[in-house]
Amino acid sequence: MSAVARRGVNAVGWTLAAPALVVIAVFFAVPVAAGLALSLTDFDLYALADIATMRFVGLQNYTRLLQTPLFWQALGNTFYFVVVGVPVSIGLSLAAALLLNARVAKWQPFFRTALFAPVVTTVVAVAVIWRYLLHTRYGLINQGFAAIGISPIDWLGNPHWSMPAIILFSAWKNFGYNMVILLAALQAVPRELYESARVDGAGPFRQFVDLTFPMLTPTLVMVGIMTISGYFQLFAEPYVMTQGGPLRSTVSVLYFMYEEGFRWWNLGNASAVAFLLFVVIFSVSWVLLRFDRDPTGATA
Amino acid sequence: MQRRGALKGLGGLALGSALAGCGRRDDPRGPLHFWAMGREAEVVADLLPAFYARHPGVTVLVQQLPVSAAHEKLLTAYAGDSLPDLCQLGNTWLPEFTALDALEPLDARVAASGVVQREDYFAGILDTNLMATRNGPRLFGLPWYADTRLLFYRTDLLQAAGFARPPQSWAEWTDAMRAITQRGGGQSFGALLPLNEPEPLLAMALQQGALLADDDTRGAFSKPAFRKALDFYSGLFHEGLAPAMNDTQISNVWDEFARGLFTFYITGPWNVGEFRRRLPASMQGRWSTAPLPGPDGPGVSTAGGSSLVLFRRSPRQESAWKLIEFLSEPETMQRFYSLTGDLPPRRAAWRSPVLANDAQAQAFLQQLDRLRASPKIPEWERIVQEMQQTAERVVQRTQSAQAATAQLDAWVDQVLEKRRWLRERAGASR
Repeated sequence: MSAVARRGVNAVGWTLAAPALVVIAVFFAVPVAAGLALSLTDFDLYALADIATMRFVGLQNYTRLLQTPLFWQALGNTFYFVVVGVPVSIGLSLAAALLLNARVAKWQPFFRTALFAPVVTTVVAVAVIWRYLLHTRYGLINQGFAAIGISPIDWLGNPHWSMPAIILFSAWKNFGYNMVILLAALQAVPRELYESARVDGAGPFRQFVDLTFPMLTPTLVMVGIMTISGYFQLFAEPYVMTQGGPLRSTVSVLYFMYEEGFRWWNLGNASAVAFLLFVVIFSVSWVLLRFDRDPTGATA
Repeated sequence: MQRRGALKGLGGLALGSALAGCGRRDDPRGPLHFWAMGREAEVVADLLPAFYARHPGVTVLVQQLPVSAAHEKLLTAYAGDSLPDLCQLGNTWLPEFTALDALEPLDARVAASGVVQREDYFAGILDTNLMATRNGPRLFGLPWYADTRLLFYRTDLLQAAGFARPPQSWAEWTDAMRAITQRGGGQSFGALLPLNEPEPLLAMALQQGALLADDDTRGAFSKPAFRKALDFYSGLFHEGLAPAMNDTQISNVWDEFARGLFTFYITGPWNVGEFRRRLPASMQGRWSTAPLPGPDGPGVSTAGGSSLVLFRRSPRQESAWKLIEFLSEPETMQRFYSLTGDLPPRRAAWRSPVLANDAQAQAFLQQLDRLRASPKIPEWERIVQEMQQTAERVVQRTQSAQAATAQLDAWVDQVLEKRRWLRERAGASR
């Protein structure tokens, strides 16, 4: 191909890509750069009144954050939510997908829709309903417990139970989405493989461990990364259900950032929190992607 | 944005000429935008007909803000230059909006007004609206209602423990709580001070002296004044006179009060109505209110409540001021009290028979003469929360009072660093 022709092809390529690139620049690159710049300043209430009082502070926001106990607590709470919540959520999704994929399952479209329904509801609206369910005295969950002789749990008032309650709620809210993806992956596994496994004498358990699970691994890694990065950004659930309490046990990193930014109006600090969270999510996703490049050759 | 404009246009067409131009925020003859919060916003509509009767040319659009989101909404409106003409503002938020230079000083208007008399306001509550400026203190808001904390107590239990009248000093109060706790045999406590509420400790600290030092640019929490208050406060828990509980652990304070779990409860005026409504009939006549005890004799309490403020950039300040004047008339305040139970900040309004014959309200009247404003800086709300969390650690014995207050001071000094820098900068430019 001649140089002129290649330039022509390049020009066409750039022209076609331009709208998308402009959108990415305006709505992603510029805000991210502005946020990074903001995180190096002490932009606050006084700077909002008079921009001349804004100071460039270098990495001071970051070093101070790393010395703030509440930030570490928020990070700890978020990790708790991710480490417990993601396996629970994906486990639920996988179990539901396997059930729906089973040959004996009847009314499959109905159940698929019903189990997917929580995903399309609004967090705020269902959180209100869950607050009723979790109510210490009148909640359905505690009444169920009372029926089998377990004393009532103060779900949202006890710092030990508040995070489990949030995890329960989030898992219920989100498992349907991953379930649909996993179901699609399950249905893509060729039936012949199961037939030959059966011929080789593999029972249902061996079939799952040696056939279904390896075939699902790429999908599971993808689902895992998306769920983890989503769960790291926990915000709406504690905002609506507990306001970060009791005893700050449900303050997530994003909730902490929201308070810094919009309650106390320390936008410099809040931007620094956002970048630290980005670094955390990026590193965790990167580690997960390494997992996926295993010697057996499966790729995402 | 466009759709909103179109909707507004449609609305304007439908309502005809009366509301024409309602979308134009800079029209000096347009309707007044008044933002209010919670219950107050609901009852304003009931007060307005009397205002319209006197000022037929003015229309008022009341927008109700949820209390929990009001602060963010106001700050965002400031950043986006879409503040209303006037607003109900919690008086602890005034320093913030003064720092933003968003508020109009009211001194000249108050001085010229025949309705609003400065001396008629309780000094402590008016003081929360006075902010230091380059030209001396200026009034940036008019108190709409006052809020303070004092003792609610069980008269029968106090008498049974051998005390004829409510305590006036910390020593008397401690004696009464000891006697009550002993009589209860582990089933009841002297007082309930919910651990998540900063007001009881704040009131005790205000009784002792300054909380901030160095022109409100450094913490004074490790100084003797605050330490005395903290030692007294934490001592109540350590001695077993008060349960170390927060609001959520006591599911229903009224039930527990009626059961006699505690005799004293430090809370605010809204609970007068709640106690009357929620306590069983047998309990009525067995509780009352009393001014807050101080270190030696009756002490000061917190000066809370809401103010009415004018925004500096409003083009309709004249008619907005007329509305503020109307809402500040003693008769309007009395109506407002009967609708909400919010305490009037003017002495004249307290002369109404409803208030003058109300024994439980009279304790508040006494307390209103003894209020002290918290430090008037934008960072205060944040600091007071940290103060309470520090106190909670001391109460739970996870940290010594000395270590906790030193840590609190270090944190406050860091938060107020910008104020020190601003002060130096202002000093250098002078």
